[in-house]
Amino acid sequence: MDLRFTPDEAAFRDEVRAFIRDNLPADIRERMRLGYGPRKEDTVRWQRILNKRGWAAISWPEEHGGPGWTAIQKMIFLEENQVAPAPELSSFNITMLGPVLIQFGTDEQKKRFLPRAANLDDWWCQGFSEPGAGSDLASLKTAAKRDGDHYVVNGQKIWTSTAHHADWCFLLVRTNPNAAKRQEGISFLLVDMKTPGITVRPIISIDGSHHLNEVFFDDVRVPVENRVYEENKGWDVAKFLLGNERTGIARLGKSKERVRSAKEMARSVREGGKPLIEDAAFRQRIAQLEVDMKALEITQYRVVSAYDKQRDGRPDPLSSVLKVKGTELLQSTTELAMDVGGPMSMPIWAEELAALSNEPDVGPEWATQATGSYLFLRAASIYGGTNEIQKNILTKAVLRL
Amino acid sequence: MDFTLTEEQRLLKDSVDRLMTERYAFDQRKNYLKEPGGWSAALWSQYAELGLLGLPFAEQYGGFGGGAVEIMLVMEAFGRGLILEPFVASVVLGGTAVRLGGSEQQKSRILPTVADGSTKLAFAHGERQARYDVTDVMTTARKDGSGWVLDGAKSVVTHGDCADALVVSARTSGERDDPNGITLFLVDAGASSVARRGYAVRDEQRAAEVSLSGVRVDGDAVLGEIGNGLPLIERVMEAGIAATAAECVGCMGALYDMTLEYSRTREQFGRTIGSNQVVQHRLADMLMSLEQGRSMAMLAAMMVDEPDAAERAHNIAMAKVGVGQAGRFVSQNAVQLHGGIGMTEELAVGHYFRRCMVIERLFGDTAHYLAKLAVAVE
Repeated sequence: MDLRFTPDEAAFRDEVRAFIRDNLPADIRERMRLGYGPRKEDTVRWQRILNKRGWAAISWPEEHGGPGWTAIQKMIFLEENQVAPAPELSSFNITMLGPVLIQFGTDEQKKRFLPRAANLDDWWCQGFSEPGAGSDLASLKTAAKRDGDHYVVNGQKIWTSTAHHADWCFLLVRTNPNAAKRQEGISFLLVDMKTPGITVRPIISIDGSHHLNEVFFDDVRVPVENRVYEENKGWDVAKFLLGNERTGIARLGKSKERVRSAKEMARSVREGGKPLIEDAAFRQRIAQLEVDMKALEITQYRVVSAYDKQRDGRPDPLSSVLKVKGTELLQSTTELAMDVGGPMSMPIWAEELAALSNEPDVGPEWATQATGSYLFLRAASIYGGTNEIQKNILTKAVLRL
Repeated sequence: MDFTLTEEQRLLKDSVDRLMTERYAFDQRKNYLKEPGGWSAALWSQYAELGLLGLPFAEQYGGFGGGAVEIMLVMEAFGRGLILEPFVASVVLGGTAVRLGGSEQQKSRILPTVADGSTKLAFAHGERQARYDVTDVMTTARKDGSGWVLDGAKSVVTHGDCADALVVSARTSGERDDPNGITLFLVDAGASSVARRGYAVRDEQRAAEVSLSGVRVDGDAVLGEIGNGLPLIERVMEAGIAATAAECVGCMGALYDMTLEYSRTREQFGRTIGSNQVVQHRLADMLMSLEQGRSMAMLAAMMVDEPDAAERAHNIAMAKVGVGQAGRFVSQNAVQLHGGIGMTEELAVGHYFRRCMVIERLFGDTAHYLAKLAVAVE
């Protein structure tokens, strides 16, 4: 038993770190260090740089363009990428669609979609949730009726992240409304977002950003060849997708990077006549977060190294621990960063202020961004299966209650 | 990174787990408590026969040549068994002091007798006024010819009542709180100038107040460097933290299992209490705490032999905080989910609860280490 990286793992980490340091465009790094999320073009640019190096399709087997990494190597890469800080890989393309096509897709589908997904030539989005189907996904109603060699799709999806950027959508639809079990009437379709009848309507989230969307389908014709796996077997595909790849689920690198930057910012603001970083209560809060991050780091090592030992395809239910604890940390670290901002966490860094070129800035940019992250990451315990759902998973799989 | 156990480690774990299952059921434990020392002499002999009392010592000293992982495995099993014997005091604390601080002659003389169980050591460092300040030593040792004379008092010395020899910290120079000037001595616990008052701690394990009134020892009673005992004391405490962290994981595991089983069988309103989501989620929270605590106990085991003292201390402090908080959460909720029966002496739950409470206080509590970490934030 040894918690330290092996020399090979340490060498790998150094290689990844050096590559990111030397290749991450400075403007992207700078924006991200200020706490901004990556813009679409930032994510595309960085993923293409990684893809050129062979490091984009990290969850795919080598014969499909993956780097052939162990789960530990993937974990190292993801953390280095987050800590840099660099834009994260498109999870829709890399950890969701790719493995699904490799497992269930036809050769034609693989050939057509995989290379473009790796290079982010196609930006994919996920059409799963509906107004009436959130945590209870199997109750989805969006219907697909067969019409010759097409499906005709009608219905509505919601919470569709980056649908407004997307070229394609992988979509869960109901193909048999009369199935005995509702899970048995669902199919998995690949839909070109340029198809007539698709309307994307923005949902502005509480941080003021446009990330989420509603997507309406009105007689949208989807070729049958774009169905993945068998008709009415889409639930198997969805289950595979949701349980497949949880190596990066804790996003620990994000939390580490945020604590690092909060400490840096805490040197620049004062509390009680001295820099906030010298305040005992503040330091104690940092210390607690560092303890929690260390515990999660080791739990993550334990879960991830077990992936490498037993590749039976089933997700380790302990990965739900990573989701819950990881998102709790994402949230408490954004709270910390926002609190460092003090009153300067209140103003919005809006264009209307920037346009008043004769006026001094209202607060530092990082404080505004910290608040934005705080607001946006309230979603962390909701998306990807709410933390309550994760506890239900633990109840069923581990507690067997 | 590797979490697998070697074949020998697996065998060790299996044999200690089996011993606990066969010999340390809760009812058997009640009988051990009634023995004269408050623990089982028969089990002590059995630990010696299995090589557990020499686990961390080199083979040349009658030991097993085990490392931190072996101690972790044994301590987790001991935590599940909720053992009463002075293993931590003698093998982990006293043993570490002699193993790391002793001369060749001291090691050859003492360690084989610790390993065979005939000598029990205790670590007499804490003093009544000191709280958790490791440098707050007021016991003195003054030079007297070739030997030393010790005066002072030591407080809550774990298993100090049954010890044959005490590892005593005393000031050979400097004032109270001075990190320099502290020296460790090996003191015959039976000497007439050593007075011991034994008592039970909250978890039913034994401790003693020890007073030293003009205790004369020879020059070769000095353990380690004169006046530079602090680093050795810290090593001893770090070894204690790592061992009791694993013990706490064993306690938490037992508490979690008992609570899960209870929630499967206890019925109210015509159904098991475990069918309520509020109970299910509390159990899921307990599981998460247990696993995070286990990760931290592993960290402590991995770091206890780290050569870089600052790095070692920092990580051990993090582990202490993590395990302390997990132990509190799991043990409090185990009592809560058991309801009234969890409050009673007749159930094991409360006994594990109290052991977790005591472990959190050994060598410094959560607040103490969190404050240390806060000072060290970079």
